[in-house]
Amino acid sequence: MTDDKDKDNLEQQIDENLRKVFQRHLEEEVPDKFMDLLAQLKKADEKADEKGSAHGD
Amino acid sequence: MATDSDAPDPRDEVVEHLPAMRAFAASLTRNSAAADDLVQDTIVKAWKNFDKFQEGTNLRAWLFTILRNTFYSDLRKKKREVEDVDGVMAGTLSEKPHHDGRLALMDFEKVFQRLPVEQREALILVGATGMSYEEAAETCGVAIGTIKSRINRGRARLAELLDINDDDSIEMTDQATMAVVTSGMSVRKNTG
Repeated sequence: MTDDKDKDNLEQQIDENLRKVFQRHLEEEVPDKFMDLLAQLKKADEKADEKGSAHGD
Repeated sequence: MATDSDAPDPRDEVVEHLPAMRAFAASLTRNSAAADDLVQDTIVKAWKNFDKFQEGTNLRAWLFTILRNTFYSDLRKKKREVEDVDGVMAGTLSEKPHHDGRLALMDFEKVFQRLPVEQREALILVGATGMSYEEAAETCGVAIGTIKSRINRGRARLAELLDINDDDSIEMTDQATMAVVTSGMSVRKNTG
């Protein structure tokens, strides 16, 4: 019943739950739109490279 | 463009960090549609700034930094509403743990979402992703001491909201409940 022990136990429980919450989100499937976006960005880069000097934000 | 070496282009590695970015975004926005918008904005920003990324350094931390900076700048634009939700929600309701003192994950997440965003951020980075205090401080652009104090306050607030801070709350003080439980099943000893 020592306070320190309770505190450690509490921290462990909290961290364990934090990891679980995070893990649950990690395991969600990444929607295709993200892959599409990355592909688009990459393509845009390649085009910019071909044009050479063309550069703008 | 650094195509003059065999080193892998960090741009190609972004995809590996998408799940973590989405998980981190979800903990900030508390809403999956908003989280996805945030991740998309982050990717676009990262892409524009890839020349500033130092190869060999931690790409995930770099992406997280852009993500949270984007989140906070959106927050400032939208102002009040979101902040208010934090403030109001934080004061309401506490979730009771189950009788064995453990909490269902969904309950935990509900309570977690009531914390101020700075505390959620610090707790997730250090408690869940395994970043060091130092990395988390760098990611958030604050001092290590600030991260530590956010984590301590976050943990204390969670304990308070979860009502698992003192033993009394876990023990069943209500005699009627006690009677029902003891007669109905063998009482599980409080493991807390």
